Amino acid sequence: MTPLSWPQELTLVVAKILLFFTLILTLFAVMTYVERRVLAFMQFRLGPNRTGPFGLLQPVADGIKLFFKEEFVPPGADRWLFVLAPALSVVTAFLAIAVLSFGGSVTLPAWGLLPGWLQGREVALQIADLEIGVLYIFAVTSLGVYGIVMAGWSANNKYTLIGGLRSSAQMFSYELALGLSWVPLIMLAGSFRIPDIVRQQEGPLGLLHWNAVVQFPAFVVYLIASTAEVNRTPFDLPEAETELVAGFHTEYSSMKFALIQMAEYVNMITVAALGASLFLGGWTSPLALLPDSPAWFVLKLLAILFLFIWLRGTLPRFRYDQLMHFGWKVLVPIAALWILVTGGALLLMGGGAVRP
Amino acid sequence: MIDAILFYVFAALALGSALGVVAQRNPLYSAFSLIVTLCSLSAIYGLLGSPFIAVLQIVVYAGAIMVLFLFVLMLLGARREEAPARQGRALPGVALALVALLALQVASVILGAAPAAGTPGFEATTRKVAEVLFSVRFLYAFEATSILILAALVGAVALAKRQL
Amino acid sequence: MSGPIPIQHALLLSAALFALGVLGVFLRRNVITLFMCIELMLNAVNLAFIAFSRAWGTLDGQVLVFFVMTVAAAEAAVGLAIVIAIHRHRDTMDVDAFNLLKW
Repeated sequence: MTPLSWPQELTLVVAKILLFFTLILTLFAVMTYVERRVLAFMQFRLGPNRTGPFGLLQPVADGIKLFFKEEFVPPGADRWLFVLAPALSVVTAFLAIAVLSFGGSVTLPAWGLLPGWLQGREVALQIADLEIGVLYIFAVTSLGVYGIVMAGWSANNKYTLIGGLRSSAQMFSYELALGLSWVPLIMLAGSFRIPDIVRQQEGPLGLLHWNAVVQFPAFVVYLIASTAEVNRTPFDLPEAETELVAGFHTEYSSMKFALIQMAEYVNMITVAALGASLFLGGWTSPLALLPDSPAWFVLKLLAILFLFIWLRGTLPRFRYDQLMHFGWKVLVPIAALWILVTGGALLLMGGGAVRP
Repeated sequence: MIDAILFYVFAALALGSALGVVAQRNPLYSAFSLIVTLCSLSAIYGLLGSPFIAVLQIVVYAGAIMVLFLFVLMLLGARREEAPARQGRALPGVALALVALLALQVASVILGAAPAAGTPGFEATTRKVAEVLFSVRFLYAFEATSILILAALVGAVALAKRQL
Repeated sequence: MSGPIPIQHALLLSAALFALGVLGVFLRRNVITLFMCIELMLNAVNLAFIAFSRAWGTLDGQVLVFFVMTVAAAEAAVGLAIVIAIHRHRDTMDVDAFNLLKW
């Protein structure tokens, strides 16, 4: 395969970015509808079913409503930070998509419509295959804390400040457990790249090679930490309706509020996609007979998103001190112990993927 | 070629936001400027072939240490600084002169003696850095650092508690 | 990806950042801003380490940056705890106010 010149590389990357961006935005819109419907069915009611057939146009209606609401900056608020905070949240939420891998490589067909240098080329279904794959996502979610901190502070409101500080403290506490839960997987795969970790989960027994089975405690820690990381129930105290008004986004209306909601849902999609790649085998199929394909990845992503909605409809929320106690005194020790166990097992079994 | 352009862009950003850290009256804006500086420095590390340190800079510095700073600023109520008292009026001029002298001296040393270009094909991948970090040479430093962090943890809790 | 980044310019940037940090330590009176200028100085040193590591092709610079970051984190934690403690007593963050040991 001839190497590409940099304008060609740039075009390919921009095309991938546009494609992934559109996919995630569509998934976000669909998620808002699906969440309300599924929650409603779990609570033995119907949910939105009037706007369009089966209520499918509800996201459109929500978008139009939010667009036409009054844009309001509270008096005494720090204007720059107030406007910057939702923008920062959204930017860091979307930045994490760059290393998510939807599948292996796709060989573009030799159509006449495609330019010559693209025909028959193998294109990886990933925007950027960084050497530091999952660490990049860790870094970007660390930056996501600032959007919330800025939002809480800039509204010049005691309640939003406390809500913002609580929410960001929760986020970076569970981020530690999140990162620690990935370490055993990285030890097994010997690499930070997501495609490498997915490929390490391939095997003749299909499902049983997945990290969710082989590294079950890490999987449990990951699920709990990621739920807390995206501020979902049962960890959504900072933004619950009955606490502190609406937490850090009380003073936001219209498009800024829509951006904050978008950031939250895209974060949720990112951690679900990461869980599907790192723990549920990504694009590998659960049975060895069926072929691997990106469709498996999408199915697993939707399964984890359904799990998030299920948790929201079922569990009561944690009190803040219970939440912090659980994050620091339960999850982090369990994750650290499991790293020890995995490292010891790798050493005993002859080094695993870590070679001198 | 594009590496050099990006380097100058991020260097300008780093200098501008560092100026913001030093010159802004509101300490909260100084903190945000410092975050911008840290992120642009991280980009420069990436351009200098050190992806691991670049990511570590964001995770540790911009993502954890600065959050600590922001928390303390927001909880203790950061107020804008007033102008210095009468006796200290000459201080900004003298400080600027001394610091400019320092910068000029260091710059002359750099331009005289520092190497001009990097080693080609240099890539400080995580694996290579780990091989050096966990080797016998840095073993003592590594273990001592972990005890240092433990001491800092205990010390921070002890100092900030209302009553022990 | 080794591009033609001039090492000397990276070192000049490091010197400029260090000088700005020193200027900040001289001029600022808020304790926390003072801390941030010290962090700026530490980052300038980190940049110098990385630039030299690339210039000589060794990895010692990277490891030293790792340690500098760790020590900076520990120092920031303890320093901010001290700031909280002294703020509790004097309700100010102005360094000039803590002058009880002056003769």
